[in-house]
Parts: sequence; structure tokens; C-alpha cells
Amino acid sequence: MSEPSRIRVVPAGTNATVRVLMNHEMESGQRKDDNGKLIPAWHIQEVTVLLNGKQVLTAEWGTAVSKNPFWQFTLKGTKAGDKVAIQWKDNRGDTRADEVMIGSI
Amino acid sequence: MFNRRQTLQHSWAVAALLGTAGMLPLKASAYDKTAFEAKSIAAALKALGAAAPVLSSDVTLTGPEIADSGASVMFAFGTSLPNVKRLLLLVDKNPSALVASFQLSPAVESQFSLRIKMAQSSDVYAVALMQDGKTFFAKREVKVTLGGCGE
Repeated sequence: MSEPSRIRVVPAGTNATVRVLMNHEMESGQRKDDNGKLIPAWHIQEVTVLLNGKQVLTAEWGTAVSKNPFWQFTLKGTKAGDKVAIQWKDNRGDTRADEVMIGSI
Repeated sequence: MFNRRQTLQHSWAVAALLGTAGMLPLKASAYDKTAFEAKSIAAALKALGAAAPVLSSDVTLTGPEIADSGASVMFAFGTSLPNVKRLLLLVDKNPSALVASFQLSPAVESQFSLRIKMAQSSDVYAVALMQDGKTFFAKREVKVTLGGCGE
């Protein structure tokens, strides 16, 4: 079971900057274990952002995004009370969805 | 036996059902395996159907000059150009060049920050794929003291 993503939204006027810290191993597929066997890649592949239930951003990630991915983006035309949902899906088919509400400035 | 009218009614019902299924929140945006497994930047861009990239001062890429650890290097990248379809981040000397691809909508600014892994010192590229098919990029050389992919 995956851990929740930490989502911090900083509103600035009609925009909102969103900082996300996801909880994922992001195994590169390049590392070897103690017996010299390659550890298979395990990483988030698809990310979706919804604003009030409407899809506004999608991303595809490879193995080179850091462990416990941290990223930032800015939503336009937001207001207090809007809901920001962030979902991910990894290459094992595991998924995670978290949602926050934009606070007032 | 269904007559023609009943058959049509059934088709509509099925179509409506499919429409509802398409509204599910996590839409299956196809992960482009070929692009993400490409060894070179050129091969990754080709897999994404991008035109030959042109250096542009309207695309920005900021990050460290020297990274102590390649396991976590922060970059900010974006463009001031309108009508951007996708923004990509690529590392020339990583085992696979393409790191991330962001598909934009009018509700999102074309500016992102992301922490990535770098296997060794390399040129890093931010690439903007435009709606009109043009491709622009910015480039930055980053020295890595300790590689981050075999860590």
C-alpha cells in the first residue's frame, strides 16, 4: 500500500503554485543487489492532475525521476475552495490519488 | 430476434456506457515506452514525433552547475512561448535520455520544477514541443561529483 503524496498549494492572486512530494522508491533498474543481480525498475509512469475534477495536466515519467519525487507547477485561474487532485500510476500498476483544497490567501 | 429499431437503441445504450467509462478520473494516457527507453536525445525526440529542435532563448532551464550527488538534482524549466503542447526534460548521458514529459493545458503555466537522477556529468535539455509542430530547446551543462543511477 502506497503512502500519501504531500501536496502544498500556495495561492497567489488567481494562480496557485502546487508543490508535491510523492512517496515512491523510483527504482532505476540500473542498480544491482548484493548478489550482483539487477534490481528491476519500479517507478511512477503516469501522473494526472485534476482541478475540481477536470483533468488539467498529465505527465509521463521515466526511471530518472528521483526517489520520493518532488515537483512543482502552477495552476491558473484558481480560487479558494478549489480542489486539486493528484494521481499517479507506477509500472506495477499500483495507483495513488490524493486531494487538497485551496485555502484563502 | 431484434428488429432494426431495437438494435439501434442498444447501440446508443452501449455508446452512452462507453462515454461514461471514458469519464473515469485516471484516464489512460499511454506511457510511451519507446521514447522512455531511447538511449539518445535524438532517438527519444524521434519516438515522440518531434521536429528537429532549435535552440531558443524563450526556453529556460535552471539548475546547479555542480551537483554533489546525482541522486537528486533539482531543475526548473519552462517557456514564455504560447501554445506549448509538451515540455520535456532530458539528460544526454543517462542510460535513458528522457526523464519526464509534461502535457500542458490552458489551466497550467508552462513552468515546472523537478528533482531528477543523473548518472554522470552531462548536458541537460529542456525541450518545448509546440502546437504548430515546432520544437525548441535550452541546454545546460551540469557536473556531477557522485553519480545517481547506480546508487
